[in-house]
Amino acid sequence: MQIREKSQLLDSADMNRALARIAHEVIERNHGTDDVVLIGIQRRGVSLARDVQRAITRIEGTDVPLGTLDITFYRDDLSTMGPAPSVGSTDLPFDINDKTVVLVDDVLYTGRTVRAAMNELMDYGRARAIQLAVLIDRGHRELPIRADYVGKNVPTSRREVIKVMVEDFDETRKVVLGELLDDESGEGDKA
Amino acid sequence: MFAQKHLLDLESYTAAQILEILDTAESFRRVLDRPIPKVPVLRAKTITNLFFEPSTRTRISFELAEKRLSADVVNFSASGSSVAKGETLRDTAENILAMKVDMIVMRHPDSGAARYLSERVPASVINAGDGMHEHPTQGLLDMMTMRQKLGSLEGKKVTIVGDIAHSRVARSNVWGLNKLGARVTVCGPPPMMPLDIESLGCTVEYDFGRAIEDADAVNVLRIQLERQENQIFPGNREYARAYRLDDRMLARTKPGCIIMHPGPMNRDVEISSAVADGDRQVILEQVTNGVAVRMAVLYLLSGGVRESLGQDL
Repeated sequence: MQIREKSQLLDSADMNRALARIAHEVIERNHGTDDVVLIGIQRRGVSLARDVQRAITRIEGTDVPLGTLDITFYRDDLSTMGPAPSVGSTDLPFDINDKTVVLVDDVLYTGRTVRAAMNELMDYGRARAIQLAVLIDRGHRELPIRADYVGKNVPTSRREVIKVMVEDFDETRKVVLGELLDDESGEGDKA
Repeated sequence: MFAQKHLLDLESYTAAQILEILDTAESFRRVLDRPIPKVPVLRAKTITNLFFEPSTRTRISFELAEKRLSADVVNFSASGSSVAKGETLRDTAENILAMKVDMIVMRHPDSGAARYLSERVPASVINAGDGMHEHPTQGLLDMMTMRQKLGSLEGKKVTIVGDIAHSRVARSNVWGLNKLGARVTVCGPPPMMPLDIESLGCTVEYDFGRAIEDADAVNVLRIQLERQENQIFPGNREYARAYRLDDRMLARTKPGCIIMHPGPMNRDVEISSAVADGDRQVILEQVTNGVAVRMAVLYLLSGGVRESLGQDL
């Protein structure tokens, strides 16, 4: 899948500001951080969740527990997609019962990833509430899902691609808007 | 992406594919510890467990793995296959074709039966043991357990002791362990040692003490009395005297060496009760890992190699 970069949406400092604001909003909305846990969706959501965790520590001086979630087993396209995708690790080192879970992902697009993540969380227990934080909301929802915390809203066309780059997986840290070059109508890089 | 349709043996799998199965199995292992140990991965897939040989634990392990993946499960048990292999299997294959089954897990007394079936049905075929050939999921669960305890298998010494000639478990272990870089020694009395076994890439040692010297893992095979009809079997007491793993023998292995057994155990024949209940054995962990590894195999094969099953026909 060839992608042509069109423009840069956020640089690393912009990302820090957006994530710091999200951290403030999480604290404000939940009246502190008691019983709040952060769960990053594999893969880039994990890096961003760690950034939010650090920002909360700077602001409140508290360490919010951090987990990771791989949603592969809950995808709604497993039976139609052909060869099985590789599975990342889910690691929730805490009990989610009666916790306020803040799910963190890089891009909110169709909403299918978030639906899968919520179904998976239900199998770990009964959270008091699940909230959603995303760095970019690019629209085109296919399910009735919205984010509680958004770094930046970016209106896009379906042919466009949002690439969130983080140091864990990419050599750089920024967000770019790109465009698919081939004719195969891909789903972009986020379901 | 894992583009394989069948698991017939470990001989034809690459190291990368084996490692992907083991990594995926670790994810499923964690699912088994959850309050709800079930995932919707194989919803609406139908799996048939086709057992032409008596089996309790392998069948239960597969069945549990299938149910944990939300598949629909049908069990076929055909005992005593007096019918010639070709006819029985062909009939079975046609029946399965008619029932639109997605995956077949098969155990059969004849070597090569799984491959034969895989060439005749559109479903994925998973070999749950075929004659004296292979038992790939047992090999995988053994490797998963070793990797958990020993880390990378590169350079590790693994000793397999028992009736190597009749053991599909041994053969799957040798193939898989070699690919992951372990050094494998097989050990047993000469009548139980196949002539060609070195060609698989392992060391043959008839003296048990030398075979387990500095071993990182010992896989003790069950003495299968039911398979000894035409063999010159020395008898349980003779066998135990030379090849039973007891505390005295255990002392010759490396500190931290783990003891495995595919079950069911003949206590005090191939393994002493003290060792079977001791702190080095990982036998029950093997059983739990078996469910996880079978979930991984079923998941990874369920996607097939092309857009949909059936195009292969």
